[in-house]
Amino acid sequence: MTDPTTLWTVIILLGLGSFGLRFVFLGLVGDRPLPDWLLRHLRYTAVAVLPALVAPLVVWPRATGGETDPVRLTAALAALAVGYVTKNIYGAMGTGAAVLIGANYGLA
Amino acid sequence: MAGSGPMSSYWRGFRDGVPFLLVVVPFALLFGVLATEAGLSVFETLSFSVVVIAGAAQFTALQLMQDNAPTIVVLASALAVNMRMAMYSASITPYLGALPIWKRAITAYFLVDQTYAASIIDYEKHPDQPITDKWAYFMGVMTPICPPWYVATVAGAVLGETIPSELGLDFALPIAFIAMIAPALRTRAHVAAALTAIVLALGFAWLPYNLGLIVGAIGGMIAGAEVERRAEA
Repeated sequence: MTDPTTLWTVIILLGLGSFGLRFVFLGLVGDRPLPDWLLRHLRYTAVAVLPALVAPLVVWPRATGGETDPVRLTAALAALAVGYVTKNIYGAMGTGAAVLIGANYGLA
Repeated sequence: MAGSGPMSSYWRGFRDGVPFLLVVVPFALLFGVLATEAGLSVFETLSFSVVVIAGAAQFTALQLMQDNAPTIVVLASALAVNMRMAMYSASITPYLGALPIWKRAITAYFLVDQTYAASIIDYEKHPDQPITDKWAYFMGVMTPICPPWYVATVAGAVLGETIPSELGLDFALPIAFIAMIAPALRTRAHVAAALTAIVLALGFAWLPYNLGLIVGAIGGMIAGAEVERRAEA
């Protein structure tokens, strides 16, 4: 896939950036409080970024050349439903995997 | 009652950290497998886990590199996923901010979801610990979490090289992300953030350089913050 220069650029800069995020308050800002509006937005970064990343992969999977695949869509929705209701990461993962594997072997 | 002294705090932390092995090891294995599937060597995969030491951000970067997204988009997206680390840093500073700078740097490096969660609960429960004990507790929690992260990454990478790529692990990563996010949708604001992000990411998927992801992410954050603000008002 990626050439080594790009890969190492990402590894090193992402490492520095992640360390910077972890160090910024502990090391530099001290215990002065952050503005409320900023904290309010920061609280939703993970639940916004990850769905935005995953949604196109679910609807237009690369493996099918971008064509919507009922099996992958079902697996994704099943994992979402189980994770949302049970709050259990592994239950959700197992459900998604079971749908994928079940459909592959069932239809093969 | 908790005993006193740094050694006792260290071992209390260690015991509290052990259950997280169940979370850390499968994720690290999966990262190792997917990274080698994507063409990374075992050494590159291990370096990724040691240098970045943040699961969700590593998965994000890996996915976007496979999509041939521009490096700046890869970095912006993966760092956005890690934005919560800045909140952990802010939240733990009142407890550990008085440590010498080198200890604060070590703490920052090992500050991940699990070490933060366990430590902050302990500090609230035992506010009278001397700062040396607090730091010992943190290092105790870190011990069964961070080194196993590296080891399991290598195990996954070695294992991954033996898995034929036709097995179609392409969808393991979306499923893993969905499984991580779904339990985090605790309030209406979280749901609003996720739904807005999905709609915008799909609607703007035609944008070049994976910018639809950035539009979706920023829109989702604004939606979540706005719903929370209105709920409070």
